[in-house]
Amino acid sequence: MTLQGESAEHQWVDDHAGPVVRPYAVTGGRARPVTGTFDLISLVTATRKDVSPEIGLGPEHLAIVGLCQRMQSVAEIAAHLDLPVGTVRVLLGDLMARSLVQIREPQSTVGIPDHSIFEAVINGLRAL
Amino acid sequence: MDYGHSERPSGAAALPTAIKILVAGGFGVGKTTMVGAVSETRPLRTEEVLTESGVGIDDLSGVEAKQTTTVAMDFGRITISDDLVLYLFGTPGQDRFWFVWDELSLGAIGAVVLADTRRLADCFPSIDYFEERGTPFLVAVNCFEGARQYRLDEVQAALNLDPEVPVLLCDARSRSSAKEVLITLVEHAMKIRDARHRVD
Repeated sequence: MTLQGESAEHQWVDDHAGPVVRPYAVTGGRARPVTGTFDLISLVTATRKDVSPEIGLGPEHLAIVGLCQRMQSVAEIAAHLDLPVGTVRVLLGDLMARSLVQIREPQSTVGIPDHSIFEAVINGLRAL
Repeated sequence: MDYGHSERPSGAAALPTAIKILVAGGFGVGKTTMVGAVSETRPLRTEEVLTESGVGIDDLSGVEAKQTTTVAMDFGRITISDDLVLYLFGTPGQDRFWFVWDELSLGAIGAVVLADTRRLADCFPSIDYFEERGTPFLVAVNCFEGARQYRLDEVQAALNLDPEVPVLLCDARSRSSAKEVLITLVEHAMKIRDARHRVD
């Protein structure tokens, strides 16, 4: 290798290099979650304060548990971890299979939102 | 903010739920600007990586279809109450990402179609899409400096809209203006929802 030192590393990690890790590398090549569908606005909450590393859980899994100490949507998790949504869905499936996260499906998948929800949104927006 | 589920006496009913509103329109019309103007944080960006199975099912020409494509969506969050979180999603502009729109619009309570009077035709695909799907929407004309001001009825006529579709002027950079647009949309969506509910 003729490349050496810092300059060689930086060639690969600057913004123009694009993703350094392929999107499905962190899922072990899996494109679909083992369980769950995970709408973009499904709300995720961690069920435990922290999780110690164990077999089958990677740093991204642990990062999600950390992030979801405060309720987050699937879209927010993807944005904060800078991972594609599809990848996050797979990781969430793993966590759900271990009961490490709790998912709240959005209102809309249950049916047409109630009249009261519309009113709450209008009042909430007025109060902003 | 912390949501202490276990401290709530009433149980399941108090768990928060999320709803979404879409912000659509042509490229550069101010979708992300509007999302940012009313959201509680700067707009976030999420990406869907689409592989062969997702892209161009009608494209059999070969290698192109095997590439992965990244579709970026900007979105923001407004916490309405402890029980209700509203997400605003800017829709990806390119027509070839319609299937991402399908996922986005599934269960959306309504959509804002942002329009620029200098390039009015750019919002036609969005309008067609929401009309087709029956998603409640309104048209908000973003008032760009230097653009000729049109009367709202002129815009309504130019877009050939159902007279019930609200059309209003807005400044996508302004929080109060964006707020007003969203309130008008939710009121409109509520009216449609109530009317449909009565028929059912």
